[in-house]
Amino acid sequence: MIPELGHFALIIAFAFAICLSIVPLVGIISNHQKLITYAKPLTFGMFSFTTISIMILAYSFVTDDFSVKYVASHSNTHLPYYFKMSAVWGGHEGSLLLWVFSLTAWTAAVAKYSKGIEDVFIARVLAILGMIAVGFIAFTVLTSNPFERLWPNVPLEGRDLNPLLQDVLFLIHPPLLYMGYVGFAVAYAFAVAALMCGKLDAAWARWARPWTVGAWIFLTIGISLGSWWAYYELGWGGWWFWDPVENASFMPWLIGTALIHSLAVTEKRGAFRNWTVLLAIFAFSLSLLGTFIVRSGIITSVHSFAADPSRGMFILYLLAIAVGGSLTLFALRASNVASFSRFALYSRETALLICNIVLVIACITVLLGTLYPLLVDAMGLGKMSVGPPYFNAVFVPIMSLLFVVMGIGPLIRWKKAKKGELRKQLFSPSILSVIFGLCFPFVYGGEFNAWVAMGVTLACWVQLVVLKELLNQTKLADGLRSFSRITLSQWGMTIAHSGIAITIVGVTLVSIYETETNVKMNIGESVNVAGVDIRFDGVKQVQGPNYSADQGQFTLSKNGEFVSLLQPERRTYLVQTMGMTEAAMDAGLFRDVYIALGDPLSGNAWAIRVHYKPFVRWIWLGTIFMALGGGCSVMDKRYRRKKEKVTPTKVVAANKDNDAVIQTSMPQSISKQS
Amino acid sequence: MNKLIRFIPLVLFVALGIVLFRGLSLNPTELPSALIGKSFPEFSLATVKDAEHTVTKADFRKGIKLVNVWGTWCPACRSEHSYLIELSKSKRFTLYGLNYDDERGLAQQWLTRLGDPYEFSAFDEEGKLSVNLGVYAAPETFVVDDLGIIRKRFAGPIDARIWRQEFEPLVTQIENERKQRRN
Amino acid sequence: MFNKIFLCTFLFGLLLCNLTTYASPVDTYEFNNEVTKIRFNALTKELRCPKCQNQNLADSNSPIAADLRREVYELLQQGKADMEIVDFMVKRYGDFVLYRPRINSLTYILWFGPAVLLLIGAIVVVVILRRKPVAQTEQVLNAEQKNQLDNILKDKE
Repeated sequence: MIPELGHFALIIAFAFAICLSIVPLVGIISNHQKLITYAKPLTFGMFSFTTISIMILAYSFVTDDFSVKYVASHSNTHLPYYFKMSAVWGGHEGSLLLWVFSLTAWTAAVAKYSKGIEDVFIARVLAILGMIAVGFIAFTVLTSNPFERLWPNVPLEGRDLNPLLQDVLFLIHPPLLYMGYVGFAVAYAFAVAALMCGKLDAAWARWARPWTVGAWIFLTIGISLGSWWAYYELGWGGWWFWDPVENASFMPWLIGTALIHSLAVTEKRGAFRNWTVLLAIFAFSLSLLGTFIVRSGIITSVHSFAADPSRGMFILYLLAIAVGGSLTLFALRASNVASFSRFALYSRETALLICNIVLVIACITVLLGTLYPLLVDAMGLGKMSVGPPYFNAVFVPIMSLLFVVMGIGPLIRWKKAKKGELRKQLFSPSILSVIFGLCFPFVYGGEFNAWVAMGVTLACWVQLVVLKELLNQTKLADGLRSFSRITLSQWGMTIAHSGIAITIVGVTLVSIYETETNVKMNIGESVNVAGVDIRFDGVKQVQGPNYSADQGQFTLSKNGEFVSLLQPERRTYLVQTMGMTEAAMDAGLFRDVYIALGDPLSGNAWAIRVHYKPFVRWIWLGTIFMALGGGCSVMDKRYRRKKEKVTPTKVVAANKDNDAVIQTSMPQSISKQS
Repeated sequence: MNKLIRFIPLVLFVALGIVLFRGLSLNPTELPSALIGKSFPEFSLATVKDAEHTVTKADFRKGIKLVNVWGTWCPACRSEHSYLIELSKSKRFTLYGLNYDDERGLAQQWLTRLGDPYEFSAFDEEGKLSVNLGVYAAPETFVVDDLGIIRKRFAGPIDARIWRQEFEPLVTQIENERKQRRN
Repeated sequence: MFNKIFLCTFLFGLLLCNLTTYASPVDTYEFNNEVTKIRFNALTKELRCPKCQNQNLADSNSPIAADLRREVYELLQQGKADMEIVDFMVKRYGDFVLYRPRINSLTYILWFGPAVLLLIGAIVVVVILRRKPVAQTEQVLNAEQKNQLDNILKDKE
């Protein structure tokens, strides 16, 4: 009975979505104010019923309702209750419902927190989000119903959740990731709405920016958690594999990063308008492409759901309508108004333009590598693979270029850099970075290494430049310094860019200096890895709630002093009888020591693998900083103003005869903008 | 810029859409054999039934050979086994087995219990022949012609329909080639 | 429909053959010297497991991956060069097992594409920066307004 209610709730949400996509637009076209006001209530209705639906699914899991096919496939009575909740998104149908839930949640948020925006514009935005919801709820209800029943043969036990997913991170990684992915739909909706009504100005960029940064923050954390999870869960010490599904989440992130910076330029300078709209469309298109890749089975991946080409076809239709439609609209309606803002060769606009182009190229490169095997196969030219060696080889140079220009952006003026000033500003960061970068490999590794030097130099460069700009901004007219002048927006940039620098350090150092040792160890034997003594004290049997395991006992000590006891496990789960390693690690800010238990060998010996991973945590620490920076940026005062203050707008339009038509409105308030 | 440039993203997307559409009808897990058109590799292995008896390529009979890679751990091999018994009755080709990644005792029991459709089953103790054949899963069946050339590698269990669709035309073709050579 | 059933059965078979996929493989090969060990680690990371769901030889615990790792080890012990070992694998499994695609006419776009894109990007930047402003008669500011404007701008930056 209850699962049917869940199904029914979803259908009601579908009805709301249909109304939402039609009613406000009809209202706008026919100038019926009343209809326009229906947008928000319809949104809340759509959100409420989707929430009910997903909560009922969760309820079915928690109460072990194995008459529901989806629950029977992904749960088990012995599964701990918190994993039962996360099992809601353990398979295609449930995770799709999560996708829909995220979409309706963002839509509801837009409806609630848009006081400063014109009602008509918001109504358009909500309608477009409603259209996307129609597509995806239709997909769920028609092809991937999570509430399908197994009458009359109701199993007594479920098939259990994949042991790999029985981890606390599975509770948070997918929801955060989806909030990010799906969040770009908001930027997309803003872009399409702007194209529809021809309103591609700085105000639009201001409205869209906090939503975009919000989605970006979620995506950053989501991807970071995924990487972190792969690292500690899979037992081989890797943290990024350029797997198609990983790439599918990374590409929207790259474009999203370009987008938030492009929005900044459009908001402040009115430039890059078409570019920004296009990026907004791209970001969400890549999210949709990612959804397609993961669920259609066209690409092999450890992350992909069960392959079903018919589902793939449905998503391809959605993709065609959403992306094809918006790009057609773009081609027809993109702004013909030339940017009023001219900028010099040496200016912040140029730096941001270059950075954006590099980010887009990086994204296209990842897309090329991910889809190339498919392309070759589709042309009947055989099967090939493109993996980490390729991606690392092409991605590193492109990103290095980005980091160099990232060092110039924060310090250079808008519109036109003052002669000689740029050189003066960049002088000390560049010298310090190069010196530090060149010295570091000697100091840390004992010998020179070009990659380390380059990575550390770039990281310092990015970091020092942004710190210098922060200090510059604290200068008052009378020569004193004051940190109270610094806006949250400025803090945001500083912290986020510092995050990038930290991640660069982590990636560089762990890639070059990590070691991996496979040894056969007898009980009592010791091995030394990077100055740490590891003594194998034997293996004992342990029982978990739904597994039994061999648990190794390893004592770590340094120079005779006890450091920690590590207990890696080899688990055998009761239901899916899969073997699984739980690695154990001694974590530290500057290094991880990571032990995985292998097979038992003859005698009392076991195969042991020890990883030494210097600075690996810096990778994820950096992403935390990036997210915090984004958070600061979103909290900036100007987004929290209730009423919209008029900002200086100057529209210069050239009509056919090239006569200038100028409209200027004087600013009523000059607010501190950074 | 002018109007036409704005259509570039749309055009690129349509191209991508076509590739993705094509992609839906492909099978990414299927791996074509790299050995089609090459000679069957040399080998020297003991048989499943008799550890002392070694077989080599010379022990293949003249004519068309079907080499079936199997293992007792493989459920699909189990499901195709009865059809293999049917196939072994045919005079058009000889069926040989290659036991991969298995235990001799279990393999012998399997053949005793379920019947032995193979002329002989080589016991690939170290997996060398399987690697040389590019075997990546079980069951796999190779079609080797009169001249010892590998003509086809089929990955998956065989039944009557698969035989008709995938193997029958090739066997007929090889027989025609044989006739042409004689003329 | 039937194809789907067949595919499912086959994949199911493959899957069961993958029972211990997620237990991290720990081989204990002994190497003569450090260089060979490094070469082994590098090679097993560059070669793809022919049957797994996108894993390299080093990380997969399926039987075929274990067999191929042993093959690589033995070939290294025989003194074969990296190129020869890679060729050995490709001859038997095709280009599919290479994670680093070979540079041939099929992959020119793949390998040189990014560089070409950067070139195009550079051209785009140059074109945008060189665009002459649309001929317009801007309002001319008198000296006092200009001063005011300068002050405002300086304050903002």
